[in-house]
Amino acid sequence: MGDILANLATGWATALTLLNLGYCFLGVLIGTLVGVLPGLGPVATIAMLLPATLTLPADSALIMLAGIYYGAQYGGSTTAILINLPGESSSIVTALDGHAMARQGRAGAALATAAVGSFFAGTVATFVIACLAPPLGNLALKFQAPEYFSLMVLGLIASIVLAQGSLLNALGMVVLGLLLGLVGTDVTSGTQRFTFGVSALSDGINFVVVAMGVFGIAEIVRNLEDHGTRALLVQAIKELMPNREERRRIIAPILRGTALGSLLGILPGGGALLASFAAYALEKRLSPRAREFGTGAIEGVAAPEAANNAGAQTSFIPMLTLGIPSNPVMALMIGAMIIQGIRPGPNVMLEQAPLFWGVIVSMWIGNLFLLLLNLPMIGLWVRLLSVPYNLLYPSILLFAAVGVLSLSNSAVDVYLLALFGVLGYAFLKLGCEPAPLLLGYILGPMMEEYLRRALTLSRGDPIIFLQRPISAAMLLVAVLALGILLLPAVRTTRSKAFRE
Amino acid sequence: MPRLNVKDFLAGFIFLAFGSAFLVLAQHYPMGSARRMGPGYFPQLLALLLMGIGIAAMLRAWARAPVAIGGIASKALVLVTVGVLIFGLTVERWGLVVASVSLVLISSAASSSARLGQALALAFALGLFCATVFGLLLGLPFPILRLWG
Repeated sequence: MGDILANLATGWATALTLLNLGYCFLGVLIGTLVGVLPGLGPVATIAMLLPATLTLPADSALIMLAGIYYGAQYGGSTTAILINLPGESSSIVTALDGHAMARQGRAGAALATAAVGSFFAGTVATFVIACLAPPLGNLALKFQAPEYFSLMVLGLIASIVLAQGSLLNALGMVVLGLLLGLVGTDVTSGTQRFTFGVSALSDGINFVVVAMGVFGIAEIVRNLEDHGTRALLVQAIKELMPNREERRRIIAPILRGTALGSLLGILPGGGALLASFAAYALEKRLSPRAREFGTGAIEGVAAPEAANNAGAQTSFIPMLTLGIPSNPVMALMIGAMIIQGIRPGPNVMLEQAPLFWGVIVSMWIGNLFLLLLNLPMIGLWVRLLSVPYNLLYPSILLFAAVGVLSLSNSAVDVYLLALFGVLGYAFLKLGCEPAPLLLGYILGPMMEEYLRRALTLSRGDPIIFLQRPISAAMLLVAVLALGILLLPAVRTTRSKAFRE
Repeated sequence: MPRLNVKDFLAGFIFLAFGSAFLVLAQHYPMGSARRMGPGYFPQLLALLLMGIGIAAMLRAWARAPVAIGGIASKALVLVTVGVLIFGLTVERWGLVVASVSLVLISSAASSSARLGQALALAFALGLFCATVFGLLLGLPFPILRLWG
């Protein structure tokens, strides 16, 4: 316990500097903004801002990017409740009951419930991270090459399991991502691989280019497909506070949502989206008012909102302690660390203690900012929705292009951006989710390195992955996860869960 | 001819194409052995795996019910892509302002509800913004505006 307090004190010292407070505020502000605006998610935003973080100190950069992620959860729920337009996928379930409440004139209560639930969950999740991260990090320090390799296999399989749509496609995307990650100079032999003699490619395809292309550009083109006019119907918000009856009804759902979200966030492949769906389903099962769900039950707002915020935050645990991204945003955070010259993994906690704890503490501060930022300013956020997309998307495109250009001052990156945009759009149309590709891309070079070392250790015998208990256990979990998914019964429920 | 799921088939085809391309290219790099993996070892392994996945997905296309791909925003795709490409092509020779304005004007045309006046105003504002912020303040090593010379 003393350790945790000492660590958190280190974190406070980092997070409370004026500079970092400023970047934390900026992060949650941008996060809320992109959360409110549909068609622009945290992944694309973080990808576009990565070049800008180059000039920042590492701690400020990560604090700001983290703020965008959890800030977007807040913003997404605001629009979900008020106009039934979830700005973020993790707010989809919030829209069910939240918007129903809004139509009954209880929008204020729903918004307050979402904000308070999120704040509570964020506070708890911060402590969960502070308690769980050190032991996990210590465990990871015992890892050698075979364990790391198996851990990455597990992480990739988890990303497949949680991808929407066909398993086979997701598997293909992972392998394609791994291959794309290998473009560039092979660290061990110095061989130039897949560069076609282009010198700009000798350091590999820049991560930011891939992320902006498949998430940002592809998304813009998809939004342009069917762009009708947005109906904006917002009633004046009266009575921000829930009444006494409502206050009583939200306590248990918030607690359960926080617990479930914290747990699901830690799992590889987890995060805000899964947490919110699971929490909604759980409440619906437990609540004596199950029949009211979907028609404006306040529990249906409280639980998923607490869960998505808790999940968003605890999904930092595998990223910070093991260097394994559990979702695309975490993959981008790892990209940001690599750009800053920090090698992700368990060493971060030891070698970069102020950074590590600073980021964690900043999440709590950021949640406080969000509470202050959101409740009084909801009207302003909603008005943002009337910004026409025709003005928005050319600006986004331009900033993406300039951002990519500034990475290595080479126009080749801009051409690659266009190429990955086309590829990303094709994959979207064919039902292949881009997230597994991005994870594979990040892990590709690391996986090759660990495989190489593990096989050198065992003199070329792959049985080493099964002989070492931790590694064998992780591979077993990966195989089980895949196996369970192939069961017909689970398959139908999974596709149903994604459809709901 | 049996009806096939075009979506699955095309996805499989893309995987197969990428897998084959990587496999062919990887032939130039020494394989090494499992004990001493050469630069060609891991890529060839992955490329074969990707080809296998691609073939499986293509075969599966006959077993699953056909699904429509849905409308393809070909106009938006082309204009957005061309806009970004033109930006890359012009920025070194003509400078940031020309590149930004071209990107904004070309990509604006991608929207079905685009208006010329709005696009021109946006291009003007963003061109000015790019010139000051990225050119003057951040000092990107590209000319701001170079129409001749």
